[in-house]
Amino acid sequence: MTDVAVGGELPIPRDPSYLGAGYTVSSWLATTDHKRIALLYAVTITFFFFLGGIAISLVRLDLFTPTGDLLSDDTYNKLFTFHGVVMVWFFMVPSIPATFGNFLLPLMIGARDVAFPRLNLFSWYLILIGGFCTLYALIAGGVDTGWTFYTPFSTMFSNTHVIAAALGVFIAGFSSIATGVNFIATTHMLRAPGMTWFRLPLFVWAIYATSLVMVLATPVLAITLVLVIVERWLHLPIFNPEFGGDPLLFQHLFWFYSHPAVYIMVLPAMGVVSEVITCFARRRVFGYDFMVYAMVGIAVIGFLVWGHHMFVSGQSAYASIVFSFLSFVVAVPSAIKVFNWTATLYRGQIGFEAPMLYALGFLGLFTIGGLTGLFLASIPIDVHVTDTYFVVAHFHYIMVGGTVSAYFAGLHYWWPKITGRLYPDPWARFAAILMFFGFNFTFFPQFIAGYLGMPRRYHVYPPEFQVYNVLSSAGAFVLAAAYLLPPLYLGWSLIWGTRAGRNPWNATGLEWKTSSPPPRENFAAPPHVEEGPYQYHPEGFAPERHYRSQGDAA
Amino acid sequence: MSVFMPEVASTQAAQTDGIYFALLALSAIIILLVTALILVFSIRYRRGSKAERGAMPRVMSREFEVGWTSATLFLALFIFWWVSSTQLSALVAPKDALQIHVVAKQWMWKTQHANGAREINELHVPIDTPVRLVMTSEDAIHSFFVPAFRMKKDVLPGRYTETWFQPTKLGVFHLFCAEYCGSEHSRMVGRIVVLQKDAYSRWLAAQPQGDGLAKEGEAVFRARGCSGCHAEASKVHAPNLNGLYGRPVQLADGRTVTADESYLRDSMLMPRRDIAAGYEPIMPTYAGILTEGEIISLTAYIRSLSGKEGSRK
Repeated sequence: MTDVAVGGELPIPRDPSYLGAGYTVSSWLATTDHKRIALLYAVTITFFFFLGGIAISLVRLDLFTPTGDLLSDDTYNKLFTFHGVVMVWFFMVPSIPATFGNFLLPLMIGARDVAFPRLNLFSWYLILIGGFCTLYALIAGGVDTGWTFYTPFSTMFSNTHVIAAALGVFIAGFSSIATGVNFIATTHMLRAPGMTWFRLPLFVWAIYATSLVMVLATPVLAITLVLVIVERWLHLPIFNPEFGGDPLLFQHLFWFYSHPAVYIMVLPAMGVVSEVITCFARRRVFGYDFMVYAMVGIAVIGFLVWGHHMFVSGQSAYASIVFSFLSFVVAVPSAIKVFNWTATLYRGQIGFEAPMLYALGFLGLFTIGGLTGLFLASIPIDVHVTDTYFVVAHFHYIMVGGTVSAYFAGLHYWWPKITGRLYPDPWARFAAILMFFGFNFTFFPQFIAGYLGMPRRYHVYPPEFQVYNVLSSAGAFVLAAAYLLPPLYLGWSLIWGTRAGRNPWNATGLEWKTSSPPPRENFAAPPHVEEGPYQYHPEGFAPERHYRSQGDAA
Repeated sequence: MSVFMPEVASTQAAQTDGIYFALLALSAIIILLVTALILVFSIRYRRGSKAERGAMPRVMSREFEVGWTSATLFLALFIFWWVSSTQLSALVAPKDALQIHVVAKQWMWKTQHANGAREINELHVPIDTPVRLVMTSEDAIHSFFVPAFRMKKDVLPGRYTETWFQPTKLGVFHLFCAEYCGSEHSRMVGRIVVLQKDAYSRWLAAQPQGDGLAKEGEAVFRARGCSGCHAEASKVHAPNLNGLYGRPVQLADGRTVTADESYLRDSMLMPRRDIAAGYEPIMPTYAGILTEGEIISLTAYIRSLSGKEGSRK
């Protein structure tokens, strides 16, 4: 094989695609192919996404009435706990990194696999074992601590299966750490010749920044959960104040992981959106280097703001002011990214296929989520709205409106690459629009209910909040319908969809220069990179002419 | 309560709402700006439209980027400064604040007035008077939340947390537990009743009040043997409690702390942690011996020895 410079085209691989490389069960369960492992993750997290969705649907159904007629107090508490634990650790954290990150990172940097393929497979087994451990807790009777496992409630007062659930999360944490180590090594060691750091697609930068956070933050979660398990199981006094322990210590440790974890969830989403917006606007991303610095900045400053979860917890008022300051600072790089994405549209050739609709949805919802973050960084407002539905709405705007929208943008953008098939775009656009409206319908009323004072995790509530809960619950069922559509038309496309060809979107990026689906070895010949990312038009010129000539060729 | 805003019933509520409206206005401007740009670009530069594309002016990338980065940073820091400066002045309760003790437990609120009057899931307070809450929990963490006052503070086991408010409106307001605390978390609710000052005095006088907190504390002081060392006549070399409350205390390790509720509580339960300078650490711990209620009444008794606030009304 000879090296082939990219700028021109790569030869089309003759080998069978990775999907056709073996049909036995063991060819999947013992695979070390990053693309197959990505699909194993995709199936796993989709399963957990729908489980978590069913749990919260019951909760929203129950909240139609203020008196909680459908469920008992304990069942209600177990359901929202299950929703939180499953969605955070078994869907959100692995979502984009473990599926698209796994599939695309080697392709985007021109490598044939990740640095440690067997460790990659092991990571998937870890999350599977962790997931079953947590599912066991559910089947054995549930957990009622909330996803936050606050002590001393979780260690001394809850009568539910806290240990099994915490152990499951503990195990899944190692999956995160291993994946992070793998991606960091891959990015450092396996970039194709000529793929310098500032020629990396922003998605690779996003995955790289995310991996740093995973590796640095997750061990703190692991040790925190061990302390919870030890105190609950062996009665070693750690957080118990009766023996001089400090329940607030738990919160500091927990949020030291869980705030950076927000960036584990949202940085990859930013990466996806950067790829999609440039492709469908046919433009170089506006301010590439600022986008990179912003992501690295978010990853670093994100470690220093955990105390904004604890303004009313009894931590020192002066510490709160420092955390408030840093929280305002961390908002800046996110704002810059929003401006840059918007500016990327300027003078573009904008097309509105489904991936772009999802990405624009991300842009709007992430902006609202980010701005309400400024409210929460302000101590007097946070004192009023923390632990109310205002916070619930805020983080769902970031994680569901933001990250899940981006997840669907990525799914629709790379689906032809992953499966080799095209889906029916009108259906996908309809689902994208329905998801956007369903989401706002569900979560916008929660901002108002929260400022009015409705506390979160409330099974019964004063009747004056009912109107907002009815709106929210009705919206949740619109949203659920929108989530049920993609599995239908995407599943349909697997059999009846037209063949995609190697580059249906006419996109730049190495992943589009090999066949769809790619062969086991990714490329027919190792690529040699000679230009930066997003060459949608010659530097300094409008995309107009370039787009036309390319479009004709395709 | 209007459809969008909770009642404004404390001095803090008005301040918080001011910040809320300012941020709402700012957010609306930013959202309108971003949405307008996205819409205009999407229509004008839709694929195949006739709009002029031309070359991008070079100042666009660098100068624009630096410009909106510094503008955003400046804006963020300005909001931080504005919000925090209003907050710093409200950190400490006024000296003349009425003091209420709150004990939270699964799933109820117990409140206690200075004269010993107790309430369950209710708190009566006089209007236009600062009220200071000194709170602790008997089990998990709870949180004392009164939306109409824009006030919330977690209530922790094993220590005191404090907050204060000044009601400005008569009426009955929600009290919620805002920190998840188990099965009946959502039923751990109560009422805050704000009365006219004279109505409050009448209400307070009508309560069965026992001897008053400080009097109760004095009884505990004798019954639990505190008086053996700390009474004026005692021969043991122990710190004198007269006038102690609210004063700075020099500690053996060189630090100085203020003798507030938290310090007094820690001294009873963890006497070896903060040792007053010049005294042998001979006091045994009273952890597990004193109940939360007894600690509260002992504290009230010690406070009364400073004449700050007594059982005499």
